[in-house]
Amino acid sequence: MDIPYTVEVRRDTGLTNGKIGIWLFLASEVMLFGALFASYILIRTGAPSWPRGDTILNVPLATFNTIVLITSSVTMVMAWASLMRGRFGTFRIYMGGTVLLGFVFLVVKYFEYSHKFHDGLFPSTNNFLAIYFTLTGLHMLHVLGGMAVNAYLWGPGAKLWKKNPVWFTNRVENSGLFWHFVDLVWIFLFPTLYLL
Amino acid sequence: MSQPAGVVAPKPHVAHEGHHEELGFWRQYVFSTDHKIIGIQYGITGLLFLFFGFSLMMLMRWQLAYPGSALPLLGTLFGEARMPGGTMLPDFYNELGAMHGTIMVFLGVVPLAVGGFGNFVLPLQIGAQDMAFPKLNMASYWFFFLGGVTMLGSFFVPGGAAQSGWTSYSPLANIAGTGQTWWLVGMIFLITSSLLGAVNFITTTIQLRANGLSFMRFPFFVWAQFVTSFLLLLAFPPLEAAGIMQLMDRVAGTSFFLPSGLVVSGQVLTVAGGGNPVLWQHLFWFLAHPEVYVLILPALGIVAEIIANNTRKPLWGYRSMVYAVIFLGFMSFIVWAHHMFMTGMGTTMAAFFQTTTMIISIPSVVILTALIVSLWGGSIRFNTPMLFALGFLPMFGIGGLTGLPLGFNISDIPLHDTYYVIGHFHYVVAPGTIFALFAGIYYWFPKATGRMMNETLGKIHFAGSFVCMNVIFMPMFLLGLAGVSRRLFDGGASYDFAQPVLHLNVVSSWGAWVLAIFQIPFIFNFFWSIWKGEKVGDNPWEATTIEWAAPSPPPHGNFPVAPEAHRGPYEYSVPGAARDFSPQYEA
Amino acid sequence: MASTTSDHAADIDRHVRVYITVFVALMVLTIITVAVSYLDLSVPMAVTLALLVATIKGSLVACYFMHLISEKKLIYAVLVLTTVFFVALLALPAFTHFNGYWIEE
Repeated sequence: MDIPYTVEVRRDTGLTNGKIGIWLFLASEVMLFGALFASYILIRTGAPSWPRGDTILNVPLATFNTIVLITSSVTMVMAWASLMRGRFGTFRIYMGGTVLLGFVFLVVKYFEYSHKFHDGLFPSTNNFLAIYFTLTGLHMLHVLGGMAVNAYLWGPGAKLWKKNPVWFTNRVENSGLFWHFVDLVWIFLFPTLYLL
Repeated sequence: MSQPAGVVAPKPHVAHEGHHEELGFWRQYVFSTDHKIIGIQYGITGLLFLFFGFSLMMLMRWQLAYPGSALPLLGTLFGEARMPGGTMLPDFYNELGAMHGTIMVFLGVVPLAVGGFGNFVLPLQIGAQDMAFPKLNMASYWFFFLGGVTMLGSFFVPGGAAQSGWTSYSPLANIAGTGQTWWLVGMIFLITSSLLGAVNFITTTIQLRANGLSFMRFPFFVWAQFVTSFLLLLAFPPLEAAGIMQLMDRVAGTSFFLPSGLVVSGQVLTVAGGGNPVLWQHLFWFLAHPEVYVLILPALGIVAEIIANNTRKPLWGYRSMVYAVIFLGFMSFIVWAHHMFMTGMGTTMAAFFQTTTMIISIPSVVILTALIVSLWGGSIRFNTPMLFALGFLPMFGIGGLTGLPLGFNISDIPLHDTYYVIGHFHYVVAPGTIFALFAGIYYWFPKATGRMMNETLGKIHFAGSFVCMNVIFMPMFLLGLAGVSRRLFDGGASYDFAQPVLHLNVVSSWGAWVLAIFQIPFIFNFFWSIWKGEKVGDNPWEATTIEWAAPSPPPHGNFPVAPEAHRGPYEYSVPGAARDFSPQYEA
Repeated sequence: MASTTSDHAADIDRHVRVYITVFVALMVLTIITVAVSYLDLSVPMAVTLALLVATIKGSLVACYFMHLISEKKLIYAVLVLTTVFFVALLALPAFTHFNGYWIEE
């Protein structure tokens, strides 16, 4: 069965189903991370004292990670732009770069976390670390999820380009929206946790 | 009715009966992506959980009616750890209580109302072939199933299932047994299921509606499901976040919800502390208040359809109902702390939440009034769906009105956490929503199966249920006004002030057990009618909405020819028309 | 969304130029974010500045990478609604906490 508006847009909304679907999902993600930010506000303002992020966390490493994620957002949108220009080879390069940069992000986080554990700093140590690990941990899961989808679109999923290039381009665009959102969350997480 | 501009005419499609190349049994009936199969899966599973949750309560009601006495025969089934010698232990009572609430709300009513009716009826009512994301729809069901299995499985872990109320307040829930961890994991599965479902419903409603079906031509049921989906989409994530944090507290030793210096069993807890139990309440109720509208909105939608159909006239005040339901959905996000009046908030914020709570009663009244006024001057047909729909109206009225004293800070003080609250919300959900769900089952059964359910058995089901529901829940207002708290494992028996009203517990319990007996005609009717019910055509109720244009039952793809909407949804008794109904889909 | 690629090529070229510009802006703003944290500011000031910069960065990502600047009304409507509830979620629990009866008014 062919569900309409999967590939072509519906005239009165100007949108495909997938585009609406991903934005709705992102709206729910805003509420998810929003709840954690709300919790951060309540816990921090209720605490007798709160350490400055840079006294506990590694700012240079996190700055590097911020640059990595922002760059991966650029490669992601360039991957989509390549498909719009019909250049599948270039798409492969940019998409591969996006996945690679995501991997770099995760590796850096691995080092960050293990360093903390090595220093005896765990989520249970205090509320600052509790919210730090929970927020960045949840964010990390989203990075992983995004990478999985991107890897699929780079690899086996790319077969769709031959059969239905427009549908494939839409999929890449929608996956890109998710990836940009993950970047967006980090843009707020980074100063909140590390610098304030 | 004005014509909507710029709607692209979809190419006429043909429903393919055999197109999906004879899928095997598993792909066709178990792992199906067809919204009708998924809807039925949700419906059956939801009904099973509804009866299971009801059974938990029937067990509790023995302890409430006859505290400390052994339950004959059945009592020995639950083992020495829970019911030694057939006498219920307090911890088991708490287990039953927490899981009754959890199962009824998250595994029973919502899956049936939204997953079941939403999935089955919505695409048909908007003239679509299926949902926008059929595979995602299937995933939604299986996440729900996983959540259900997790919740049921939690009964068998050491210490038993969650027993800190369906509200899982910290710090009690933090220190509770393993069952609570399972509850949290189960909730994450269920929330995922709802989120995916909400994305599907909203996208489908906007994008896949038929030619000519503008928003103001939607059946009210569609509007109700549409708003409900937004509530699920935006209100559930904070509970998911809270669930993650409580899991972190329980499993990783964090103190999100644990204050400093908490003493448990004479010992100070060795945790970092500095957490805030009220934070859990904020995040929980941020979801749980919109959740109660998730419980009622689909029911209002079902009742609206059935009333229009069985009065043979358009709904009165359709436009106001639509604006009211949209406004209601919006307001539902900013009233939640009326569940938290006793947590020490100051007068300013209490006033804020009282104000929003009073405001939100207005759209509810608008909708109820419109439904009642819709009866005026109608040619009323008293079939089973209509009886349940009519019964719903005063029951929802009582439920709504009894909520008012709870919404005011000052009157909430003596009523909070008493049986008054239990009476209030059960009136809305039990003879409220569940009656609407029964009505919907009787109403759409012929569309799903091509056969009618038996009317006599239906009327017995209705009459008995209506009386029993009132016998169970009306006394609870009195119990609550007398000051009896909820969640007391002996129903108040150990309190002097409760002695004069304790007999009411016996009344409620017998009401519950007799209510169970009156469900037997329904269960029998349901299954018997699938094979032996009177065969009917596509539109046995002579209804106007698009789902009745499809064959009964509809094939894969739903409509042989893509339907178009030519008029509003409730064109009954149009002057000059040949029949007393002018279907939306007829040219 | 993607129709004939030829007439879109010029469009995409313009988009790509925007992406590169935004990328550079984001890098600069990231440096600013970190640099500002070295200034000895009061907590309210630091928070305000950090959030301001983050909001600018986030808006750039949303408007240009996520194409929000040229999106359809329906998407805007959903996001506006979400923002309202997001603000309520952040503000109301905090207000309620600070309006607690145990705090010296």
